[in-house]
Amino acid sequence: MSTPPVLALRGISRRFGAVQALRDVELEIHAGEVVALVGDNGAGKSTLVKVITGVAPADEGAIEWEGRPVRISRPHEARALGIACVYQDLALCESLDVVGNIFLGHEICRAGVLDEVSMERRARELDLLDTLSTGIANVRVPVTALSAGQRQTVAICRALLSRPKLLILDEPTAALGVSQTARFLDLIEHLRERGIGVLLISHNLGDVKAVADEVAVLRLGRNNGFFDVLTTPQEQIISSMTGATDNAVTHRKAWEAVR
Amino acid sequence: MKGTDASGDPAGPVAAAERRPAVRERGLRVRAGECTHKLRTGDVGSVPVVVVLIMIWTAFQLLDHHFLSPRNLSNLSVDIVGTGLIAVGIVFVLLLGEVDLSVGSVSGLAAAVFAVLNVNNGTPEWLAIVAAVLTGTVIGVVQGFFFAKVGVPSFVVTLAGLLAWNGLMLYVLGASGTINLRDTGLIPALTIEYFHNPAATYGLAALGATAYFFASHRDARRRRAAGVPYRPLGSTAVRTAGIAVIAFAAAFVLSRFQGLPLALLLFLAFVVCLDVVLRRTSYGRKIFSIGGGVEAARRAGINVVWMRISAFAASATLAAIGGLFLASRVASVGQTSGSSNLLINAIAAAVIGGASLFGGRGSPWSAVLGILVIQSIASGMVLMGIETAVQYMITGGVLLGAVVLDSLSRQSQKAHGRA
Ligand SMILES: Nc1ncnc2c1ncn2[C@@H]1O[C@H](COP(=O)(O)OP(=O)(O)O)[C@@H](O)[C@H]1O
Ligand SMILES: [Mg+2]
Repeated sequence: MSTPPVLALRGISRRFGAVQALRDVELEIHAGEVVALVGDNGAGKSTLVKVITGVAPADEGAIEWEGRPVRISRPHEARALGIACVYQDLALCESLDVVGNIFLGHEICRAGVLDEVSMERRARELDLLDTLSTGIANVRVPVTALSAGQRQTVAICRALLSRPKLLILDEPTAALGVSQTARFLDLIEHLRERGIGVLLISHNLGDVKAVADEVAVLRLGRNNGFFDVLTTPQEQIISSMTGATDNAVTHRKAWEAVR
Repeated sequence: MKGTDASGDPAGPVAAAERRPAVRERGLRVRAGECTHKLRTGDVGSVPVVVVLIMIWTAFQLLDHHFLSPRNLSNLSVDIVGTGLIAVGIVFVLLLGEVDLSVGSVSGLAAAVFAVLNVNNGTPEWLAIVAAVLTGTVIGVVQGFFFAKVGVPSFVVTLAGLLAWNGLMLYVLGASGTINLRDTGLIPALTIEYFHNPAATYGLAALGATAYFFASHRDARRRRAAGVPYRPLGSTAVRTAGIAVIAFAAAFVLSRFQGLPLALLLFLAFVVCLDVVLRRTSYGRKIFSIGGGVEAARRAGINVVWMRISAFAASATLAAIGGLFLASRVASVGQTSGSSNLLINAIAAAVIGGASLFGGRGSPWSAVLGILVIQSIASGMVLMGIETAVQYMITGGVLLGAVVLDSLSRQSQKAHGRA
């Protein structure tokens, strides 16, 4: 592609005490592209998210944002660049309504008083609530009363409020049912059409195949291959996640040989 | 059902007639949906407490026809103010999902500080009042600091406060034991002053209803202009009528005794202002968000420590102000000022009125409704000469009922969310 990627990671390393969580990791995400980040438990996916969002800055390596080098050492710096993240636990306020949650910490005020009308209108303008038909008919319902899929829509709307150029979704489909997952994948298509770069962290290769353009595999804190979703067989992705000679089947055989 | 008010619309009458009913119907449908949704999920709001209040009033009136007399109701309206203000402060802390057990002791201490400074030391009254109120604020900040910054559970911090501030009050009162307040001045006036002119009483009722109507109407107009669902004029009118009926009935009763009590006027002013702060400012929104999910609040960049300290400061400050009203009512400050019963009543009032112990739900109006229930029971019992033992048991039963309702509605909301 001729335009530089929205986000490029070059040689990122990060250690927690004795644990080298990430080593020389490379990643590129272009505008309007969905990149899936997959890997076994403990591969370093969440750590990479923390590096990008400034929660746990990198020890080594360079980050480029739209072609120019940047430093992301605090969360608000990432936000200022245009990076938004939806964490797996969503972090919503149970007692606040949909609008209250979307605008929490960024309320619109008029003469010191909350401007509920403007907030509600902008919430509707994000138009995810309507187009994704997750059934949130009323943006004044407290989120306690919403289903898992609806809550996730709220969390994503909240992330989109700052009009980010890059949206990171950490294990977004883990808590969703089948139909909710289908709607969610529609939502990602929708974000792609809007030209937002999406980094999708998932365990579910079915979801990844359905929606991602490219798959980046992490294994033990290192890159272990980049694959084109359309042309790569699922088995190949799995074996690079687990290590080709180190998957569940070979494990069993080795175990039997010992006995 | 075409548009009833044909205010100037740039798009012309035909377009307006086509568009408006659509928006209005959507508005109606959403409002109705909201209502059934609330009932289905067990968010019953203030309906139960109002029903309980009506039942209590009916029962006592049947038992003793003096209960709903202007004199008794007028006294009731002054009696609720001291404890009511303390309960309003408790609401701030309950919204966080915390509790403040020190408010009774703080109210007693503040009254003692005032009495010692003003009566014993001859400090000017205004200065003594400022000192008393600031005593509360400082205590709140200290307790809030230990809770929010040091991490001691609020229950323990304020339990320690309950003891310590009561001890400090006894120390401040010293050998004198009981101090009688002066006969004249601002503090005595708080609970003996009335606006005898009926114009004041009815004027306040009219002002309340009109202000409600115009505020709601303006909101609806802005909503319609912004293309979001709004409350139709008819519904606003019905609600305004309901408020007007209550306000004018109260005005009628009050004007048949002494008029509008200054204490009640101040109490309502406090409640209205703090309600605006909690519901309509970003400060209030932050308080609610911490009660509904600390982690979410933290990630939204809210300074949770500072917000918690401020809520405890608000609670203790209102406790101090309530203590001054209570001292004014009995014209003295003594060793039993701010005793344990006061604390129980204040917390019970907030909870009975609908503030959730789990945080994130409640309003200053909860405190008003709750204290009305508690004080009505007390007043009716006194009227009928029933001993306080029975009064405590009944109040305890109502409190338990309120907490059970709170827990049930929470469970039902959760179950509904998961479904
Ligand atoms: N805060 C931390 N302190 C110490 N070790 C950590 C911390 N966060 C992650 N790690 C370690 O880094 C490695 C990668 O973890 P993580 O990024 O959470 O993996 P994943 O999200 O892919 O399952 C793991 O070995 C984990 O134990
Ligand atoms: Mg993880």
